Amino acid sequence: MAEITVTVDGVNYEDHVEPRMLLVHYLREIVGKTGTPIGCDTSNCGACTVLMDGQSVKSCAVLAVQADGTQITTIEGMANGALHPLQRAFHEEHALQCGYCTPGMIMAASDLLRENPHPTDTEIREGLEGNLCRCTGYENIVRAVRRAAQAGVSE
Amino acid sequence: MIPAKFEYVRPGSVDEAIRALADGGDDAKVIAGGQSLLPLLRLRLAYPELLVDVGGLDELRGVTDAGDALVIGARTTHYQLVHDPLVAEHCGLLAEATETVADPAVRHRGTLGGALAHGDPAGDLPAVVLALDATLIARGPGGEREIPAADFFVDYLTTSLQPEEILTAIRIPKLGPGWGYRYEKFHRTAQSWATVGVAALTRRDNGSVAEARIGLTNMGTVPVRARAAEDAAAGAAASREALRAAADRADEGTNPPADLHGAADYRRHLARVLTGRALAAAAGL
Repeated sequence: MAEITVTVDGVNYEDHVEPRMLLVHYLREIVGKTGTPIGCDTSNCGACTVLMDGQSVKSCAVLAVQADGTQITTIEGMANGALHPLQRAFHEEHALQCGYCTPGMIMAASDLLRENPHPTDTEIREGLEGNLCRCTGYENIVRAVRRAAQAGVSE
Repeated sequence: MIPAKFEYVRPGSVDEAIRALADGGDDAKVIAGGQSLLPLLRLRLAYPELLVDVGGLDELRGVTDAGDALVIGARTTHYQLVHDPLVAEHCGLLAEATETVADPAVRHRGTLGGALAHGDPAGDLPAVVLALDATLIARGPGGEREIPAADFFVDYLTTSLQPEEILTAIRIPKLGPGWGYRYEKFHRTAQSWATVGVAALTRRDNGSVAEARIGLTNMGTVPVRARAAEDAAAGAAASREALRAAADRADEGTNPPADLHGAADYRRHLARVLTGRALAAAAGL
C-alpha cells in the first residue's frame, strides 16, 4: 500500500491505496465522486476525464499513486451554488441525451476554454476529440461549448 | 479492468531509478506518463512486478539548445513539445506530428521518451525521430550510451534499450535553411492510431529537391525509412509530378500489417499517396 495526499474538488484527502488502483477507481470508490463515470476501459472514450493540476486527463489512464500531491477537479467540483456556465450551456443547448459522456465532455471543454477562451467550431471539435458521444452527433455539444465561450466561462 | 498487482517505487533521481530497475530484474518496467503502458496493464497484456515511476524527475524534462541540435528530456510531455518555442523554430516536424498524437488529455500526460521506448510502429513519433536522424540517449548501470534512431527500434514493441537502462534524452539535429517538412496521417477516427503515417523532410535547392528523408508509420513491425523514394526524390524537380513519381516507390521494402483498419496492399497504396502529398507539402508546393 502507498500513502497519497490528493486534493479533490477543494477537499484534502490522505489515503492508503494499492499501487495498481486507477485514479478513477480512487475517485469513485474511496472519495465517493461517482459523478465521474467509467466508460470504456480502454482509454478511448474520455467519459472519466477530470482536471489534474488544471489539465484534462483520463482518470482511467492515471494511477492513484501518480496523482499524489496533485489537485483534482471532477464534475462535482464545477457547480458553485449554481450550475457552472458549461453545465448550464449543456442543459440549454440539449447537448446530451443519455448523459453518460457529459461529465468528461464538460471537463475537457473547461480545459479547452481555459487555454482558448474563444475557439472556432473546428477548435472545439479538436479540443473534444478524446471524448466520445454515442447519442448526439456532437452538434449540440459544439453549440453548448460555443455558448459557454460567448458567456465568458473562462473569466 | 484492474491491472495485476505490482510493486511501485518513485525514485528521486535517474541513478536511483536505474538501481531500482537493476534490483527489479526482468520484470521491472519504467513508467512516465503511462498513456501507453497503463492501457496494456489494464488489459493485462503486460504484468510487470515492479513499476519504476520516473514521471516526477525534473532532470528528464525540458528542451535545451545544444548548438546544432536540440536535446529533449525523455519525459517532456507531448503538450510541452507542441508549445515549445525551440521545437517550433528548429524542429517543426516534431511539433506538427506530436499535435496529432491521440487527444489533448493524452498529450497532457504522454511523453516523447515514453512513446519511443514503447516502440509501437503505429505510434506517430518513432517514424518522426527516424526521419529526423535523431539520437537516443540511454543511461544504465555502466553509464550513458547513444543509440541512433535507426538502431533503436528492433521489433514490434521492442527497442534496443536494455532492461536496466532508462531513455533519458533525445537529440535532434536542427533543420537548417531550405528544409521543409510535413507529417501526413490517415486514420479512421479522430483519436485512433495512424492506419499509415508519413513524416517527410525535403531540402529545396532552387528548382529542385536536393535531399529528402521519409519515415513511415505502421508500415512494418518497426518504423521504417522509405529509402527508394528518398533516393528518387533527391535531385528531382520540385514539382508535384516529379515528387509523385518518387513517392510511387514509398512502399518498396516495407512489410505492412493487415488488420481491421486496412489490408496490407491498401496500406501500400496509402503510403504512396501520403508520401506524394507529404513531399509536395514539405517542398512548399
